[in-house]
Amino acid sequence: MQTRGHPNRLGIRGWVGGGRWGFERYMYTLHRLSGLALLVYFTMHIFVTSTRAVGPDAWKQTMSVVSGPLFTMGEYLVFAAFAFHAVNGIRLGAIELGFAVGRPIEPVYPYQTSVGGQRRLARAVLMIAFVVALWGGLDFFVWK
Amino acid sequence: MRDRTLWTWHIGAGAVILVLLGLHMVIMHLSGTLGFLGVQDAEPTGWASVAARAGSLFFTLTYVALLGAALYHGFYGFRNILMELNPGRTVRSVINVGLSVVGLALFAFGTWAALAAPGAATMAGG
Ligand code: HEM
Ligand code: HEM
Repeated sequence: MQTRGHPNRLGIRGWVGGGRWGFERYMYTLHRLSGLALLVYFTMHIFVTSTRAVGPDAWKQTMSVVSGPLFTMGEYLVFAAFAFHAVNGIRLGAIELGFAVGRPIEPVYPYQTSVGGQRRLARAVLMIAFVVALWGGLDFFVWK
Repeated sequence: MRDRTLWTWHIGAGAVILVLLGLHMVIMHLSGTLGFLGVQDAEPTGWASVAARAGSLFFTLTYVALLGAALYHGFYGFRNILMELNPGRTVRSVINVGLSVVGLALFAFGTWAALAAPGAATMAGG
């Protein structure tokens, strides 16, 4: 594609490792993976849940196919992907719309950068997503 | 300009999904927590619960909204990922048209399911 910016020379390899950037670079990979995983699940989900429009027998039969420990584990992974993608999505939206970037200040010594604040935000996102995923895990496997 | 508009909708759809899917996840997956709070004690994917939700206008409407928002957000995000790999002009058109057609077809099918579910629920005496 004709781009006005830099050409994407890394291709798919760039998803996994992009060089010497910090852990936010891997949050990008994770956001992409979780988004794609949710999309794949969701597409199948539309077909599975549509059987409820046919009637109780069709629904019960479908549910008996998609049950068991393997599906429970898969559904938990969907929940965890949702937890990360949602919380990190709020961070991305906030930064992209300029809310979490910080005010411009004069470059007076000792210099400050907005990266410190953004890094704190990224850490908070990881912690919140972890807590939500943990809570989901308890509900899935312990309190069910 | 056009891409910016589509992207803004992508972010807007994210906000809608956040609310609606958040609710969906709590109902479907935090049933242990909801039971503890005394809000719900039936199995959320059992036919009785499914039929009860199907009979509610709130769930029907929010499911169609979530369907549209998540399909747009997901397929537009997927399109962005593919565009980053610098496809040629023809491949780009195939991606744009192909993803739009698949997305719209899924939306039509899912909307049919959401609108037909109340009928199935009442016919079965749910
Ligand atoms: C829970 C609420 C959600 C929020 C707040 C959210 C937010 C976001 C944001 C902010 C982006 C990045 C946009 C950008 O940087 O330009 C994104 C990308 C994406 N999202 Fe979501 N999203 C949510 C749910 C979903 C769901 C349910 C799906 C699947 C159906 C999904 C699939 C994707 C995909 C495929 C991408 C593209 C990833 C990439 O370019 O690397 N998202 N989302
Ligand atoms: C992994 C755990 C999930 C479970 C157990 C689950 C369960 C269900 C069930 C039982 C229904 C049928 C309607 C009802 O009973 O009220 C349904 C419908 C729906 N779900 Fe989920 N869901 C999950 C994840 C998701 C995700 C990740 C998304 C979005 C991206 C989603 C979006 C929808 C939509 C849009 C409908 C309505 C579909 C239609 O009417 O065509 N669900 N879900």
